[in-house]
Amino acid sequence: MCLAFPAKVLKIDGDLATVERSGVKRAASLMLLPDAKVGDYVLIHAGFAMQIIDEREVRIRDALVAEMNGAPRTVEVLP
Amino acid sequence: MTDALIKKIARLAEGKGELRFMEVCGTHTVAIFRSGIRQILPANVELVSGPGCPVCVTGDEYIDKAIAYAQRGFIVATFGDMLKVPGSRSSLAQAQAEGADVRIVYSPLDSIRLAQENPRRRVIFLAVGFETTAPTAAATVLAAKAQGVTNLFMLSAQKLVPPALRFLLNDATTKVDGFLLPGHVAVVIGADAFSFLATEFKVPSAIGGFESEEILLALTSLLEQLDGGEVEVANDYRAVVKAEGNVAAQRILSQVYEVADVEWRGMGIIPASGLKMREEFAAFDIERVEPAQIEHVGKKTACRCGEVLRGVVKPAECPLFGKACTPLHAVGACMVSVEGVCAAWYKYGGNNFKW
Repeated sequence: MCLAFPAKVLKIDGDLATVERSGVKRAASLMLLPDAKVGDYVLIHAGFAMQIIDEREVRIRDALVAEMNGAPRTVEVLP
Repeated sequence: MTDALIKKIARLAEGKGELRFMEVCGTHTVAIFRSGIRQILPANVELVSGPGCPVCVTGDEYIDKAIAYAQRGFIVATFGDMLKVPGSRSSLAQAQAEGADVRIVYSPLDSIRLAQENPRRRVIFLAVGFETTAPTAAATVLAAKAQGVTNLFMLSAQKLVPPALRFLLNDATTKVDGFLLPGHVAVVIGADAFSFLATEFKVPSAIGGFESEEILLALTSLLEQLDGGEVEVANDYRAVVKAEGNVAAQRILSQVYEVADVEWRGMGIIPASGLKMREEFAAFDIERVEPAQIEHVGKKTACRCGEVLRGVVKPAECPLFGKACTPLHAVGACMVSVEGVCAAWYKYGGNNFKW
């Protein structure tokens, strides 16, 4: 039940943000994370942003997951 | 990196005797099975699942109440996990098939929209979950109040993880050498909320993420603590878990909810282990607005769900597992929920896959 995924904040309108993950856009509430800003990566759970994530951590995670799925290793050369 | 971690785990585990590590998160249960981690661990390292699936630890009575409200004409909004969970006689899925209005939502906020779109109906959101999900229900109540929504109510049965861990450690039948702690619960309550494991019980623990490497990393931390390292709460999900957690979420949660003694399936009533709505928000608490009278039904069954949830027995030790009890015809909640321990054992072949 505690599933959550990282997404990027594209737009903020009051308590409500538009977030994007792999091209999919969704609305997410910022009630539990009022400090989030446009451009931040946030962890989304049940329609709410729960925590700000370091952008580099997201890239490292994505690179490792891609590697597990057969992509070449890129984690050492990430910007 | 994965190879290095696997080798390190093998080296650290050598000569340590039988080790049992418990995860207390349904998402971990599933991630561990799906990744095949159990099969690559040294033979003396066993992973057991604890009471980490909120649907599984919810008692029959809660489901019976939800069904009673649905039959009374309420719209019942719920996460999909709850649909097939058996109550004492029926499930929400069955009630839905018989005409009750049960809707699956992705976020508790969707239930506000449901209430607004159906102004003549009353909507109940089934507020089940641990500390990760509980603040989302609290925020929904605040949003509903701010928007003047008066036809939305919560049927609350949220539970707290640390008191359950304390219960397990005080229970002589549960043997655990270390806890793999739930990453997303820790996002909300913070790593420090688990420090009693080290200070009071001297039990190693590590907060883990949900990718295979993150889980291996947390297991490595547990073994390092057993290998002469300092017993602590290792934070191996630093990208999102802070020592203090998400303070804004904690504040909203405690604005709407207060701590209460609640019942867990298989463990009975655990003091201060759940949440109930504060008096101030009684107008959103369906159990105060219109209590459901349900008949208490004592079910006679050989289901060992309770012991499975405490990590005392493995699913295969239950006489019903894979026979009378399968995902299509589940007897106990552990087989129903996709994140249930029995369902994961059944789906992934009871750890029998070899290559």
